[in-house]
Amino acid sequence: MGIEIFYFLIFPGLLFSGIIGGLISWADRKITARVQFRKGPPILQPLYDFVKLLAKETIIPLRGSVTTFILAPVFALFGAVISAVFILLPVLGIETGFAGDIIVIIYLLNIPSFTYIIGALASGNPLAAVGASREMKLILSYEMPFLLVLISIIIKSGMTIRLSEIVAYQAANGAFIGSLSGIIGFIAIMMCIQAKMGLVPFDMAEGEGEICDGIIIEFSGSILAFFKLTKYIMFFALPALVAGLFFGGLSLSGINILWSVLKVLAVVLLITLVRNTNPRVRIEQAMKFFWIWMNLFAVISIVLALMGL
Amino acid sequence: MGKKTIVPIGPYHPLLEEPEFFKLYCDGETVVDMEWETGYNHRGIEKICESKTFEQVFFVVERICGICSTSHPFAYANAVESIGGVQIPVRAKLIRSIVGELERIHSHLLWVGLAGHFLGYNTVFMWAWKYREPVLDMFEIITGNRNNYAMFTIGGVRRDIDETKATELLKVLDDVKKKTDLLVGAVMDDPVIHARLKGVGTLTAKDIHDFGAVGPTARASGVDIDVRRDDPYAAYDMVNWKVITTPEGDVFAKAKVRLLEMYESISIIKQCLTLLQKETPGDIKAKVKEIPEGIGIGHAEAPRGEVFHFVKSDGGNSPVRHKIRAPSYNCITTFRRSCIGGTISDAAIATAAVDPCYCCTERMVQVYDYHSGKHMMNAAELIKFSQQKTEELRKKL
Repeated sequence: MGIEIFYFLIFPGLLFSGIIGGLISWADRKITARVQFRKGPPILQPLYDFVKLLAKETIIPLRGSVTTFILAPVFALFGAVISAVFILLPVLGIETGFAGDIIVIIYLLNIPSFTYIIGALASGNPLAAVGASREMKLILSYEMPFLLVLISIIIKSGMTIRLSEIVAYQAANGAFIGSLSGIIGFIAIMMCIQAKMGLVPFDMAEGEGEICDGIIIEFSGSILAFFKLTKYIMFFALPALVAGLFFGGLSLSGINILWSVLKVLAVVLLITLVRNTNPRVRIEQAMKFFWIWMNLFAVISIVLALMGL
Repeated sequence: MGKKTIVPIGPYHPLLEEPEFFKLYCDGETVVDMEWETGYNHRGIEKICESKTFEQVFFVVERICGICSTSHPFAYANAVESIGGVQIPVRAKLIRSIVGELERIHSHLLWVGLAGHFLGYNTVFMWAWKYREPVLDMFEIITGNRNNYAMFTIGGVRRDIDETKATELLKVLDDVKKKTDLLVGAVMDDPVIHARLKGVGTLTAKDIHDFGAVGPTARASGVDIDVRRDDPYAAYDMVNWKVITTPEGDVFAKAKVRLLEMYESISIIKQCLTLLQKETPGDIKAKVKEIPEGIGIGHAEAPRGEVFHFVKSDGGNSPVRHKIRAPSYNCITTFRRSCIGGTISDAAIATAAVDPCYCCTERMVQVYDYHSGKHMMNAAELIKFSQQKTEELRKKL
């Protein structure tokens, strides 16, 4: 029991993934700033943001459903922490996890998105409602290619649905990114992660210039801080998952730490570059993009995986 | 049709720098109807102008708009000079045109940046505003201010552009031209921007005539109007340039017109500088003793379209009536045509596409009874009316 609590609260759960996620989000902001000829924030800025929000007043909308509104960010954080633990334990090679954990991870990764929707709808704000409806459509569009890419990975790793075995298979036979189906699947999953993170070009649920931050418009103070922490953790968990699925996992021993950092940073850099070189698309364009193009990519990846490429 | 939801844009919203309220009636994501409310920012500019002398009014009208702060003095100067029949020196004409075109460049760069921001493309926003900086620095060298230049006066301009300033300006222009090439490449060839802007907020030439829209908004719909060519003022008939038009009428066309107009502006400034170097240094200001009784109409092509000023003089030292019409006043009426039928995302960029400047167009309206000539409502009644309305709304809650 003691070790599980340690896993969830300290390492690799809340504390560890929160700190690393904060650092990653700083790196993202710094790169963005440099691309845009700005100076960028200091390295502790994510911490300052979080602490400042905790100290701020929390305003609860009168018209909203109060309990749901307050609980939504809490559940978002739970979902993020649990999925981070289930991803990081096998990917870092600490524990082997259990058979079928990759399916659990698929479900857990959806919890933050669903809590955004529930929280937004509970706030009773029309702009939040628009944001929530967009987020729903977005989930419907990116889930399908995400699943298909995972199926392609499962086929490639000899029909195992255990994340630690997928990592181990790559350690024995080379990382999946080196194969043709791996590259195509990687492109598709990167787009899905962009949408899961709610970053440009798929940030229409927040859409600053259109619906004033949509789904999180009514959140303030400490409950907004919870959402912020959720974002930080997801910013670490998702690139770590990609590293586990395509780059052969991460490791914390000796010189391998450097490689692990580089793998995660490479994924983060890709995400940052995509978000800085594209405008926000409309929601129906995003749906078309995922349903037609990304599904096509994922299916091609499956076919190639079946052919052994 | 299902239940309509009102999605508010404004009065305070990241889309608008100014207070302005759009009610989008939406069915899902589709905008089925829209209303807008102005009047949050009435400043009484016209009345203030009537209390200033003719010379002082320049500094007031400059502050109507922080972005087109030369267009209003331009139109006002044209109006006052038409009352007095003042002939301004050639040198002053050229300098006026140079400042006017520099302003167009900085305003269009500002718009490109803002449009990028509204699309969530913050890199374009930051880049365009960075490239705008040298233009503002150039303003500081020429006029002494980065904004609100205080350059114009009745009968000419207040500062000369000498040889060193001219060479400096030419250098900056070459730099701006390179940067414009880069921006044009980034905007015109980006497939995602095409997907986002083409066919959005389309206005036909008929719509433009119906609503009386002006400036780049009209030119992007193929309506070939430009005050600089149709009724030349300052030095615009002394140089070669062409009016940019394109027939599509969507937001992409408006972006295209603005980007290409920047090249024309650069070319106009260069020609003006060449003419300026040929002129012998001399007067930049005609001597004007008094403004006689009469009315004057002046207009100028601001970056957003035609600015219109009407000035009435009774022979004294200040205008007795000064009427101002900013271009946004004509353009914002097209919103009903460009936004209804599109999605909320489209409405956001379609409203931004006319480059609206709400504070400049705010005017107060008093309601008179047509037959008796009496006020229908005075201030006290309006306040009472507003209190009643608030009370009703409170009861509903």
